[in-house]
Formats: sequence, structure tokens, C-alpha cells
Amino acid sequence: MVDTVVVPLLKIAVLLNAVLVAVTFLVLMERKVIAWAQSRLGPMRVGPYGILQALADPIKLILKEDITPVKADKFLFTLAPIMSLVPALVVFSVVPFGPDSLYYISDINVGLLFIISVTSIGVYGIILGGWASNSKYPLLASLRASAQLISYEIAVTMTLVSVILTAGTLSLIGIVEAQQESGLWFGFIQPVAFVLVFIGGMAETNRLPFDMPEAETELTGGFHTEYSGMRFSLFFLAEYANIIVISAVVVIIFFGGWLRPFPNVAALSFLDIIPAWTWFIGKIFFFLYIFIWIRATLPRYRYDQLMALGWKVLIPIAIGNLVLTGVAKVVL
Amino acid sequence: MVEAFMFYLLATLILGLAVMVITARSAVHSVVFLVVNFLLVAVLYVMLSAEFVAVIQVLVYAGGIVVLYLFVVMLVNLKREPEQYTDPRRLGVLGTVLGGAVLAQLVGIAVYSSIRGSTVVDGAGLGSDTPFAVGNTEQLGWVLYTSYLIPFELASMLLLVAMIGAIVLAKQNL
Repeated sequence: MVDTVVVPLLKIAVLLNAVLVAVTFLVLMERKVIAWAQSRLGPMRVGPYGILQALADPIKLILKEDITPVKADKFLFTLAPIMSLVPALVVFSVVPFGPDSLYYISDINVGLLFIISVTSIGVYGIILGGWASNSKYPLLASLRASAQLISYEIAVTMTLVSVILTAGTLSLIGIVEAQQESGLWFGFIQPVAFVLVFIGGMAETNRLPFDMPEAETELTGGFHTEYSGMRFSLFFLAEYANIIVISAVVVIIFFGGWLRPFPNVAALSFLDIIPAWTWFIGKIFFFLYIFIWIRATLPRYRYDQLMALGWKVLIPIAIGNLVLTGVAKVVL
Repeated sequence: MVEAFMFYLLATLILGLAVMVITARSAVHSVVFLVVNFLLVAVLYVMLSAEFVAVIQVLVYAGGIVVLYLFVVMLVNLKREPEQYTDPRRLGVLGTVLGGAVLAQLVGIAVYSSIRGSTVVDGAGLGSDTPFAVGNTEQLGWVLYTSYLIPFELASMLLLVAMIGAIVLAKQNL
């Protein structure tokens, strides 16, 4: 009873709180990093160096008035933010933060597929939210979101198949252990796959340069134009939770999860005094930083360029990479 | 006991949602109920310890195909409330007969299998012969590419033909 109910519930509670707190500070981190990239200071007023801004933002959002447009579809308008946030949080149930069972909630033998499929459910929040608002710009945004999802998911899934071929397992823990055995992180064995998954991840989380469903300058905020207060912040939470998920997946698949650098070099074993989960979280932060850095650097793609990139560039490269991996697997 | 309770609960929900899919007044609501329906069917697969099929169900049906449905539904009927409208070419009698035939077939299968008793399908007799004892993903792949190779390839050819056909139909001046 204790092992099957109480311990998992405790782990879920700790993990959910950690993720939500991480999200609030990720927003602050994004504002700060972009400010520095643009030679500004960023938030400075609340707390020392603006650190408490991470608490002030959620409080402001909760206290704001929650408006439902008169002509909106009430049922779907309420459901959409929930449908967007829940999958983003559910995914964390299979993310392993360390080697033993204390550090993950469950290890299922289709872990990687579970993550792909659950994140693909998350887009319903955006599509339905845009439709239910009964307004022009959100509707355009939701059409864009569904077209974008279809084109990028195929490329990402195809690419992940070649990683699965390399690892020989679908379990996330198995993939990290396979990297320990081979002595090389898969990012170095499959560099093309890493780039494809990272680009696809940016498109799936609607981050710049692929934030077509939001596109403030042309769609006035896109799918969340009509949302305010707490419901808007649920979309916000979902987006940032998804960024953390994509970073975690990239770290697990391509950069050794909780492994230290050069996991098989005995001369570096003094690094083992740093706990495994610290390595994992540190690597996640590195990729979060890259996400923000890219946002500060690149302009937005045009919509037809984005579709052409997905179908005419990423998918052929993904298929080519898969064939090469298969050949290499048979020959070697 | 718990499993049976869960099964009947899920079955009730799935059937109820299926009814709601066809009775919902707005097409978008229908699609939403369809998504939830697919997710619950995936739970049913998990209860049969077919995790791979469950995840593929979510990935392909709930995550992929229904997104396309939504895309089409949103493009076609943007704001129109469903009006009372009957298609003059509607073949009510034919529909009833076909529906009745499907229902009779389902009842027949249920009655037949309850008379015959349950048989365990163990992957065309391969069962424990497969080199992969654990994890049903490996077993599924093994069975698909050995004993069911020809049906599997035929099915993929069928899908390819359908895909090419769709492209030819959509692009008249190719």
C-alpha cells in the first residue's frame, strides 16, 4: 500500500511543484537573458535584481479579471487551457531524473513513444482555444497550429526511430544506460538527429522562430488573444512546461541524461561526487538557455517557409538519416 | 474484481462518448468527444497489457488523425450553427438496414465467442519461441515481420495506393 500508492503520490506532488516553480523562474530567466542580449537590465524593481518578479507575475495573473467573450463556445473555451496544460505535466511521469527508482515516477517500456504521443495531445488546447474564442485571429492561429503539428511531428518521430535503432530500446532509462555502455552520448553518434529533434521541438513548443500560432505582430497574440487572467496563465504554464519537457527529452536521448561527461573514463570518476540528478538538471538548464538565446537571435519564419522547411527539408533528411542508421546497424 | 469493475466503467464511458460523438450539435464538439473516446480505448489496451498498441493509438488516432479532422471541420463549417436540415437524397431505409446488419454481426460474434469459450492468442503459436521474452514491442515486431509478413506488406501497399490516389485526386493538373 505504501509502496504502490503513498510513495508515488508523494513523488508526483514534489515533481509537480518543482516543475511549476521552475516554470515561474524560467519566465524570469527568459526576460533577463533577452534583456542582456539586447543591452537592457530586464526586471529590476521587485526584489534584488528582480528575482521576486517570478512571484509577482503569477500573483498578477491570478488577480486579473477572467473574461469569457459573449460569443465564445463556453464549454471548449474553459476546456482548452486545461487540455493544453495537463499533457505537458503528464509527460514528466516518465522522465527519469536519476538512475534509481527514487528519481522517476514510472519506467514503462514504451517511454519515448509515450512522450511523443502525450505531447501531441497538447496541441488540442491551442486548436480548440483558438476555435472556441469565435474570433478571427485566434481561428487563424489554430489552423496554423494544426498544420504545424502535422508537419513537424512526422519529421521528429521519424528521427526518433533512428535513435531507437541506435539504442535498441524505447525505455528512457534503457536509452541512458545504452549511452553508458557505448561510452558516447548519442548526440555524437547521431548529430543530424539531434539537430532535427531540436528544430522539431522548437516548432512543437511554438517557440521563436516557429511561433506562428502566437505571432504577436500579425495575429495579436494568436490563439490566446481572447484569454485573460488565470486561463491565459494556464496556456503560459503549458508552453514553458513543454520547453522543459523538450529540453529534458533532448538531454536524455542525446546527452546522456543523468550521466556525467565521459561516463566510462575512470580518470574523471571524481566527478561522481556530484549527484546524478544535478547533472541532469544542469544539462536541462543549458538547453533552456539555448532556447532563449535562439529566441533573442532569430526572426520569425514566414508561414509558407515554415511548412516548406518541415515537408521538403526535415522529413527527407529524417528518412535519409533513418536509412543510414539502419545500414550502419547492419554493417557494424 | 477491480479489473472487471474498471472494464465495465470504461466500456460504459466509451459507448456513452460514442453516442455523444454522433448526437453533439456542433461538429467540433463531436471531434472533442472522439478524442476522449480514443484516449479511453487506449486505456483499455493498457489494461490488456498491450502498451505499444495503446501508445500508437494515442499517437496516430488521437494525436494525428483527429487533428486533421479538426482542421477540416474548422475550415468547412466556421461559424454556422447546425440548422435543421434533411438531405433530400438521404437513404434512410438503406442506412437502417446496414446499421442493423452490423449490429447483428456484432451480436453474432459476441454470442459465438461466449459459446466457444475464450482462446488465448499467442502470436501465431510463436509465443515463447520469439527471441524476445520481455516487452511486447519486440514481440509484436517479431511476429509482424515473420509470420504475418505478407499481410503486413499488403496492408502497407494498400495505404501507399490510397495515399497516391488522394494526391492524384487533389492535384488534377499534376
